Amino acid sequence: MTAVAPASTAPLEDDPVVAAKRWRTPIILAVVALLSLVVFGLGSVAGEITSFSISRSTDFFTVDTFDLPSRTTAIVASLVALALAAYSAWTVSQSRKAGWWLPVVFGISIMFALLAWAGAGRGATDIQITGLLTGAVVLSVPLVFGALSGVVCERSGIINIAIEGQLLAGAFLAAVVGSATGNAYIGLVAAPIAGALVGMLLALFTVKYWVNQIVVGVVLNVLVIGVTNFLFGTLLRESGNLNKNLGMADLPIPVLSKIPIIGPVLFDHNLLVYLMYIVVAILSVMLFKSRWGLRVRAVGEHPTAADTVGIKVNRTRVRNTILGGAIAGLGGAFFTVASGLAFGKEMTAGTGFIALAAMILGRWRPMGALGAAVLFGFAIALKDQLGIIGSPIPSQFLAMLPYIATIFAVAGLVGHARPPAAEGIPYKK
Amino acid sequence: MRLELRGVTKRFGDFTANDKIDLIVEPGSVHALLGENGAGKSTLMNVLFGLYDADEGEILVDGEPAGFKGPGDAMAAGIGMVHQHFMLVHPFTVAENVMLGHEEVRGPAKLLDLGNARKRVKEISDRFGFHVDPDAVVEDLSVGAQQRVEIIKALSQRAEILILDEPTAVLTPQETDELLAIVKQLRDSGTAVVLITHKLREVQAVADHITVIRRGKVVGTALPTASQEELASLMVGRDVSMTVDKPEAKPGDVMLEVESLTVLDEFDHPQLRNVSFNVRAGEILAVAGVQGNGQTELTEAILGVVPTAAGTVKLDGEVLTGKKIKDTLMSGIGFVPEDRTEDGLVAGFSIANNLILDIYDQAPYSKGGVLRPSVVVSEAEKNVEQFDVRTTGVHATAGSLSGGNQQKVVLARELSRPLKLLIASQPTRGLDVGSIEFVHKRIVQERDNGAAVIIVSSELDEVVALADRIAVMYHGKIVDIVPPDTDRDTLGLMMAGAHEEDAA
Repeated sequence: MTAVAPASTAPLEDDPVVAAKRWRTPIILAVVALLSLVVFGLGSVAGEITSFSISRSTDFFTVDTFDLPSRTTAIVASLVALALAAYSAWTVSQSRKAGWWLPVVFGISIMFALLAWAGAGRGATDIQITGLLTGAVVLSVPLVFGALSGVVCERSGIINIAIEGQLLAGAFLAAVVGSATGNAYIGLVAAPIAGALVGMLLALFTVKYWVNQIVVGVVLNVLVIGVTNFLFGTLLRESGNLNKNLGMADLPIPVLSKIPIIGPVLFDHNLLVYLMYIVVAILSVMLFKSRWGLRVRAVGEHPTAADTVGIKVNRTRVRNTILGGAIAGLGGAFFTVASGLAFGKEMTAGTGFIALAAMILGRWRPMGALGAAVLFGFAIALKDQLGIIGSPIPSQFLAMLPYIATIFAVAGLVGHARPPAAEGIPYKK
Repeated sequence: MRLELRGVTKRFGDFTANDKIDLIVEPGSVHALLGENGAGKSTLMNVLFGLYDADEGEILVDGEPAGFKGPGDAMAAGIGMVHQHFMLVHPFTVAENVMLGHEEVRGPAKLLDLGNARKRVKEISDRFGFHVDPDAVVEDLSVGAQQRVEIIKALSQRAEILILDEPTAVLTPQETDELLAIVKQLRDSGTAVVLITHKLREVQAVADHITVIRRGKVVGTALPTASQEELASLMVGRDVSMTVDKPEAKPGDVMLEVESLTVLDEFDHPQLRNVSFNVRAGEILAVAGVQGNGQTELTEAILGVVPTAAGTVKLDGEVLTGKKIKDTLMSGIGFVPEDRTEDGLVAGFSIANNLILDIYDQAPYSKGGVLRPSVVVSEAEKNVEQFDVRTTGVHATAGSLSGGNQQKVVLARELSRPLKLLIASQPTRGLDVGSIEFVHKRIVQERDNGAAVIIVSSELDEVVALADRIAVMYHGKIVDIVPPDTDRDTLGLMMAGAHEEDAA
């Protein structure tokens, strides 16, 4: 069409200022690897042994607990990490992109060095690799549901800060309904209703009255804490049988659950974990391949454009906010009926906010949110594991681990994730 | 399909945007709706497209009254609209944008039938020679290509009437010519096209019928054979001079030196790449280019509003880079921002207060840290008089003024200090012809007082009229700096990135 070919649109690479900024990642990786080498590698006492165990007796075949020399293992793992940092630097110098596997393998190497160091000379206490990974999956359940809730809301343009409150409401109603009926599964069904109610309030104030979405979300969190605390102190205390410890049985999947490592980690859980797999899969497909998903994303990116082709913007947002609330509410059931615990005051303890971080780290995609949530779940499981084996790190610092992981992941490694363009802006006609 | 508007009236509060407008659009013809910015053209089309409800009057399609409750109804009736600000979802592909709202699904899971959408895009694109790839992501496309996607979107809904709202505002002259060719092609294939514009050249090039709107009313119709002067005086309501009177420039010493200036956006993408140039005292450098090629970043980087990644700016030998914005301003820079309502004024403040936003803390406006309202008001009254701001008084809020008068307030403030450099972005955007003449006169006057002047404008006519030298920007770089008598075609090619020697 054009009479003259327009000048090339890709002279970005040769820009010295931009190129300089690309060195950040390899530098960070190298610093972390060197720290790992000094602290975990050279910091381990020579001659000590770290025991790792990976099998369970019910697996098809078992692998014995194996012992590794702590210091050598930590040094080798750190050197692997250092090599990966060097590879990352090479890709930058060649203006290539490193694959997604690089940060993953890097992370695993550092973890291995950390475990070898922490488990050095603990004698009878093994580092339970399988237990650690299983813990990561289980502990990530409320994070995954919370992050998916965020994805569903934010893709339509509504910021859902109220995930925390939705989780708490779901946990509360699941416990109460489950206890009243004596059936944990009925409690599981009730959980999303509580979350959806909170979502409905969020939708009402943000879509109908254009109140600032973050303010409403924060207020709703406080509201749910207040209401559940009140009912906990009155209703639940007076009638002793509305808050019982109910549990949901594990449902090992035949054959699959017997595979070493993968079996116990992925296929030997209760119903809620399997529901999580299903919800992630369905949302991934629906959001990117269905009419509903296309319209939702259009509403979140450019609501006026959606309106001009006849899509009801505000109706879409209300529906998604309620659906998102329901998803978070279902995740709330994790804290009570799915864990066999009774409801306790403010028992979600900030999980909703970590879920929000998982959503951002996962770049507003269901699969990304899943990956990020499992990463944070792993940080929590690691904290527990290190607590058990009695690591040299003070327990207060261990308790910070999941949050530190969250801050680093969101601030540093996420790069420049782009949220839906119309997020947080009310659609006024 | 024949479309008729009868007595359409639309009010916003006390303001009547459209007053009893009659309009007939015949199939297979191009109907130009000509009027100044703010005359009510876009409002009228939004009423027609169902985005606004008319307060009075009716819309007839083939003689039958049609009550459009929303854009969906208008589209179903065969009306398509290409908005001035494109209604495209940027991260979506072309096919996804075209199918949005009318998705076809397939299979038991009812997933999107992208294959079919791709085919439809390809078909329309091939029929009109649009060269649009259905799988391209919209944000990677040029503005011209995005516009063609909008046209495909309308045509895929079998639009028989296509409304184009200020379609050339964001196009290079060459892209404009291509668009006008497309318009003719659409007309020949039987589509009716309504062209909303204030550019006389385009109207003369393609229109079959011309309706002129002024202050919400139809003030007349004209034939495409009418001269530019006739059309302009109909549009403005009085005779207008189409040129700027300006004496020969007497450039002095170099006043502004910009060297290797680079600006990155928040995602580290360069918006300004290694830009270097000089402006002398007593000369106007006009920066031409299609919007979004780094002009905004250039002006903001000189002032220091956006951080610079590299390079230096020197004013009269003194380095400005790294200084506080206030110090930069006080060293003698006047800055008229691109978006005056957002960045140039505080809409809720009075005119008097807006006039001292930059010097509120200096004598005589304040003494010992306390404002002296009587001085502020008396000085404001002088300025209002001198700059011919039409207002009820200096206590009226800036937001209550018309665009032209708001711009005069901004100019009055910026020109009230002794200036070494005046930077004005889109100084006459959205202004009526009377205000444009005034603003141009003041800018030339400032040049003759010995200031260096940088004008950024996406209107080529304005660039050519004001410039002593023209810098053409493309993709964050200055393609070249050329004399003001360079012909429009050459400038147009340069705006698409070609160097002068290639373009000429």
